[in-house]
Amino acid sequence: MNAVPISSESIPTSVVIAAVGGQGALLASRVLARYAILRGCEVKVSEIHGMSQRGGSVVTHVRFGHSVHSPVVELGTADAVVAFELLEAARYVPYLRSDGLLISSTQRIAPLPVLTGAVAYPEDLERTLAARPVRCLFVDAQRRAEALGQIRTANTLLLGVLASQLTKDIEPWRAAVRTSVPREHQRVNLAALDVGWALFADEFAEPSHGGKGIHT
Amino acid sequence: MGTEFCSTAAGSGGAGANAARLRSQHSSLALYLRGVNGCPPRHRSARNEAPSDSQSSARLDRVGRFWQLALATRRTTDDMVASMRELMLGNQAVARGAYEAGVRVATAYPGTPSTEITEYLSEYSEIDAEWSVNEKVALEIGIGASIAGARTLVSMKHVGLNVAMDPLLSIAYPGVNAGLVVVVADDPGQHSSQNEQDSRTFVPAGKLPMLEPSDSQECKDFIVQAFDLSERFDTVVLVRLTTRVAHSMSLVGVDSRSDVPLREHDMRHGKYINAPAFSKKRRVVAEARLRELEGYAETTPLNRVEMRDPKLGIITSGVAYQYVREVAPTASVFKIGLIYPLARERLLEFSRQCSKLQVVEELEPIFEQRIRSFGIATSGKDRVPIIGELSPEIVRAALTDDPAPAPSAVPDLPVRPPMLCAGCHHRGPFSVLRKLKLHVTGDIGCYTLAAFPPLSAMETSICMGASIGMAFGYEKARGREFAKKTVAVIGDSTFWHSGITALVDVVYNRGITTVIILDNRTTAMTGHQHNPSTGSTLLGATVSAIDFASLARSLGIQAVREVDAYDLEALEKVIREEVAREAPSVIITKRPCLLADGIKRPGPPLAVDEDLCKACRLCVRLGCPALSQVDLTVSIDPSVCAGCGLCASTCPFDAIVRVQSE
Repeated sequence: MNAVPISSESIPTSVVIAAVGGQGALLASRVLARYAILRGCEVKVSEIHGMSQRGGSVVTHVRFGHSVHSPVVELGTADAVVAFELLEAARYVPYLRSDGLLISSTQRIAPLPVLTGAVAYPEDLERTLAARPVRCLFVDAQRRAEALGQIRTANTLLLGVLASQLTKDIEPWRAAVRTSVPREHQRVNLAALDVGWALFADEFAEPSHGGKGIHT
Repeated sequence: MGTEFCSTAAGSGGAGANAARLRSQHSSLALYLRGVNGCPPRHRSARNEAPSDSQSSARLDRVGRFWQLALATRRTTDDMVASMRELMLGNQAVARGAYEAGVRVATAYPGTPSTEITEYLSEYSEIDAEWSVNEKVALEIGIGASIAGARTLVSMKHVGLNVAMDPLLSIAYPGVNAGLVVVVADDPGQHSSQNEQDSRTFVPAGKLPMLEPSDSQECKDFIVQAFDLSERFDTVVLVRLTTRVAHSMSLVGVDSRSDVPLREHDMRHGKYINAPAFSKKRRVVAEARLRELEGYAETTPLNRVEMRDPKLGIITSGVAYQYVREVAPTASVFKIGLIYPLARERLLEFSRQCSKLQVVEELEPIFEQRIRSFGIATSGKDRVPIIGELSPEIVRAALTDDPAPAPSAVPDLPVRPPMLCAGCHHRGPFSVLRKLKLHVTGDIGCYTLAAFPPLSAMETSICMGASIGMAFGYEKARGREFAKKTVAVIGDSTFWHSGITALVDVVYNRGITTVIILDNRTTAMTGHQHNPSTGSTLLGATVSAIDFASLARSLGIQAVREVDAYDLEALEKVIREEVAREAPSVIITKRPCLLADGIKRPGPPLAVDEDLCKACRLCVRLGCPALSQVDLTVSIDPSVCAGCGLCASTCPFDAIVRVQSE
């Protein structure tokens, strides 16, 4: 039994990665795709470029399995949503299937209307999300990445959390990081993967769709 | 294991064992790859040089990655040779297809979602790739290269096709010599475009064939096929992409480059002279060519019938095909790969085999109307939206009579629109324009974001290069006094693209338009491409940068001013002076884009002195991501602040100060 209710043989696994431009969503989706290839899967990744460098909302879709048609995840069918920012977690959580897994950083990045004081950053997003039937894992990814000496590896750290919920074997993930990340950044990214992997690895065998968020 | 259906991979053997095997087999694969791929992609800046050691090692890295993959999937070398597949963006696969098809020349103007095609093409040393100044010029170079014998790929976004329409429809009668393929990338859903026009609309006007792939493998295969078609039928061939195909990745089988020699230069008398005496004859040829293409459509494997349950037959193309397969796996499908001209007889046969037909196409009802004209009854836009991008859930809703309710969204979330970066060069000029309450005709680029709050300093942004002509139009309509309250604002690359001709018009027709050229030394919006004023080409050659000021003076414009984009005082003074002038003027604001390679922050971060801050919010109205209003003061995020100092210049109370001096 899996912590993440992985799709059956005929249905591919679908992951949505939601972030703010500049947080490394594209790299994370490519590492995930590389993992899928290492597992011998067909894989499709959908990215929206364009405004991604200017602080807009960025979302990528990764689907892998025996055969994959649509590069885009259907609303309400994702096995996991991995969000690098809390507001983006809330924005993209409708992509999750009802018993899916939400992994979200607790980082808050104020969007333009909040910066200018036009609206407030929503309160209690974690509680709002945890009240949904999905399983929530909240991670203080930024602080943990900072502790590793490279705050920009929060993306790999969150991918490590996802990895721990998809499989029991970290090696193909490490290989995926090695083949996707430039040599000079590999060591710190591998360390971030390990940290993310260790956070919830114990819960791998215990699916809990109880609706209560777990914090680290 | 959750993903047991996939073959087991790198895991159990351990990375160490793999690495050892990798090392032992590394060199032989390197040799092999060179044989298969021709010359592997080389470093961009070293076009005409022998590969240096560092380039060689970069190549070995790539080869090493292949090898790791090969080993990780535990295939033998031979298996891997037979099925070597790479994860590729649709645009990357287009470039690979062009490479394999023996393309020698590639031209383009950058535009989302087509830009990466040319960036990937620039990695192949066999291809002369360039950023052209605009799409019209790109295609004209392509036509010349084709007549002179080289297979040529020209790529652009959908609105770029409008710019290239004159050469495109004008070459329709003469035809080509070596294969000439135009890739056009549409943007359904307007992710990064001013409209969502459907390029399929335009091909009947030129009687030109058009292909549409549905994933990266087809991107590569269709490009190769398009070159064959181009030469076989003596015509330009278009390949249409959409954002979801161009910007999705899937696995692509890689082949070697075909040895396509340079054709003899085509000097047939009159074939390429579009004077009536010749082109009237070519008009007849073009019509006959379309008949031949209609015959070809009936047999080509570009179109594919997948008979399953005959109760529902779906006619579709591109990424919509993938959505259909996803949500209606048992339906019969007519997958259109050659989208113009359509395969009439095969569609009629498909309609006879299915009890009900549904056309699923993104944007306009092009297939639907054409298919109805064949006498086939089908459902179409009555069920599928005409506006916006399709998605699996939209296609599912279109195919069922009682769709399931959509999953509930979290209500009242603030939007997260893109914004000008911290320290952006554009913020200075636009904050002054807002203060002076001028009428601003704007243009296309990152600076279009200045049209939105809090800057809200732009009235118009219509199409590439429009700002200057439109400002002159304001003057024609409302007179010179109104012109003195108007400025045109245009970016460096957009000016070269199509602003320059309008500036000539202003001078020639005695306008007094003031033009601000925002020179941030790059084409930032599409990801930092070079242009004629950056001093470098796509392939890394150093060239003399064309100077805006000299150009403007050479046109006879007396008032040409260059200003630091961070100097608000100087900006205000110069803009006030120039809009008042009874003659055309050009103001060039200068500062490099901070996201471009090698550009440093202009200074150390700033901070707010809370004792001095009166919370007037003038600084917050600059729309800088580093500044936020917190209760009765303003906070500056030092990790975001670029140190441009604009907020400090704006503050009337001197409450914003540098944290440290440099």
